Amino acid sequence: MIRFLERPMIVLQSAAGEAEEAIRESGRLLERAGAVRPSYTEAMVEAYLRLGPYFVVAPHIALPHARPEDGVVQAAVSLVQLREPVRFGHAANDPVRLVFGIAAASSPQHIELVRRLSALLADETRQKQLMEVKDVESVHRWIREGSAP
Amino acid sequence: MNILCVCGLGQGTSLILRIHVEAVLKEMGVKAEVDHMDVSSAGGAAADLILTSRELADSLRADGKVKANIAVVNNYFDRQEIRAALESALKRSTAEEG
Repeated sequence: MIRFLERPMIVLQSAAGEAEEAIRESGRLLERAGAVRPSYTEAMVEAYLRLGPYFVVAPHIALPHARPEDGVVQAAVSLVQLREPVRFGHAANDPVRLVFGIAAASSPQHIELVRRLSALLADETRQKQLMEVKDVESVHRWIREGSAP
Repeated sequence: MNILCVCGLGQGTSLILRIHVEAVLKEMGVKAEVDHMDVSSAGGAAADLILTSRELADSLRADGKVKANIAVVNNYFDRQEIRAALESALKRSTAEEG
């Protein structure tokens, strides 16, 4: 089972002011849900410091993650919506507004997570809606609207 | 034709790109093998075309080991950008063969 943006895994209007802090916050949400061990959060931060901000996959959207063996217990996705846009150092897609912490225990799970997330973030209108939501109910409505057949 | 989508760890990010690249190739009616991989393995991999972010493209080029064409994609959710990158890379490889 995939723990997908459950209530305790969402922080809106985060005050995180730096990339590292925002990544760590998305990891803490995964930890708190029991989806990853603390080592996973540290591996996400370490990947950013070592390999750069390549996981800022679209304008204003970052998907930090690490490897399954870095401490995934259960597949999960968390969300940190940033109050102020934060620079991650990506030449084209800075600054970041949405940080999705991603934990997958296997490759097929990774595919499933990424497909779901890609479908929800299908276009700029949908992305903008999520950047501006003010409460978790609206996030869940946004998910339902994006999942409708 | 072999296409390789490359990211830092070869896990999530290159996979997103791969899923969209496969969808766009289908739209275009182009047959190709698509794979995804981390940047440190990509240097030695056999591929005709590598798709990746600007930063990783720069480091692959600086590495000098890669013989494949390298195309940059900035927005991994933007199928039009991916399509444009694929079309121009395909045109380039046809020109080289001709």
